[in-house]
Amino acid sequence: MKIFKKDKKEEEITNERSLKLERSNKSTNNNNSINQNSKKLRIFRINAVQNPNDVPHFDEFQVPVKRWTTVLDALLDAKSYQDSSIGIRYSCRMASCGSCGMKINGVPRLACYTKISDLDTNTITCEPLPNFPYIRDLVTDFSQFFAHHRSVMPFIQNKKADIPDVNELSEYEQSPQELDKFLQFSYCIKCGLCYSACPTVATDLKFPGPQALSQAYRYLADSRDSDKSNRLKVIDTSHGIWRCHFAGSCSNVCPKGVDPALGIQLLRSHLLGISNNEKKIAKLKDRSTDSSYREDLEEQKEEK
Amino acid sequence: MGQMYFLVENEETMTSDSIKNNRNNNKNLTKWFSEIPFLRESQIMKIHYITGVGALFVVAIHIMMRLIMPFNMSLEFENVILNYKNIFYALLLESILILIAIHGFNGLRVILLEIRQTQIWERAVNILVIVAMIGIIAYGTRTIIIANGFSLG
Repeated sequence: MKIFKKDKKEEEITNERSLKLERSNKSTNNNNSINQNSKKLRIFRINAVQNPNDVPHFDEFQVPVKRWTTVLDALLDAKSYQDSSIGIRYSCRMASCGSCGMKINGVPRLACYTKISDLDTNTITCEPLPNFPYIRDLVTDFSQFFAHHRSVMPFIQNKKADIPDVNELSEYEQSPQELDKFLQFSYCIKCGLCYSACPTVATDLKFPGPQALSQAYRYLADSRDSDKSNRLKVIDTSHGIWRCHFAGSCSNVCPKGVDPALGIQLLRSHLLGISNNEKKIAKLKDRSTDSSYREDLEEQKEEK
Repeated sequence: MGQMYFLVENEETMTSDSIKNNRNNNKNLTKWFSEIPFLRESQIMKIHYITGVGALFVVAIHIMMRLIMPFNMSLEFENVILNYKNIFYALLLESILILIAIHGFNGLRVILLEIRQTQIWERAVNILVIVAMIGIIAYGTRTIIIANGFSLG
């Protein structure tokens, strides 16, 4: 009985949906500026965690699309109205979180940042990111990727910065020129697209990958960081930075315009001694002696 | 469909701890040739690039020397032995031998290390490559010395 009810509900939903489609088609005829039609969505399906012997296959869905529909919109449409079991990971829908990375028509891209109209095909194939273990459908396991990221110590290390006394708080001085050395690499959102596009990662799982290596350069080039030797030791191994073939596919797929291949080459030239990347650590300013700073502090206390 | 990876607990799925442990193990096992001893990878690659560029020059000189007479004549037995008798030419051949052996075998090592990433494999590759490199250089040097006229016996 319950099953019957469920079927009936599904029928109602599909009827509503077809009505909506009809309405939207009518509106399309009325207004040519809104170009709505439907596209075929092929989604890779697997449930590797619950069933390790699961055979991967593709499911096909017909989804309505407009001029501004993204692949993520289409996937969520298919998930909402056709198959709620589709596994997708997403969050911000604005290319900031890097959660919805997947292989779309053979190229690693962010689903929320890829408009269907830009793909120029009637069939959109969505697969999980290559070089990542499957969890379910389009969801992949990032633990190895993040482990490599952590291994390059992606944080500023400076022993001079340990100032226990609050009154002696100080700030780093960094010129715009010093900032420019690493700024583009700090735009990385850790979406894993470069890692999935890397041919070296495909064969060598110990290779840190373009993301971790470019982040190593980002902190090496930062004038506030003083612990370059430990970071270089991590990447200067037989499976480290030297295994990069310079295919450049990492830079091609980056949705944020970061050039990891450039970071790797700069890091290599640093290791070879071609560029010493002369870093000047800004002198810490003792603000306890600064009269204006003291006045500010007193004002703050009074306000409290 | 391309290459497939499944979420299975094996040596391919590494956590940050296992990566650190691997690196620590690598440090401890340096004497066992898990990494080339006494040399960092950047130093090895520096040698690789220098030997590559050096080999380019010496091989170019070697080829140009073939052109001082008709090519088929230059490969006649007596002409070849005469080349070896010339001490400068013998030194040139020796440098070609050393540069190409170092550059070539390190290149082979790099390719082989990418095929598999187990400790045993890495150790075996490093040892075999060093032994083969030394063996080839020793055998080639012996040939040059004999042809130069010095008898080893």
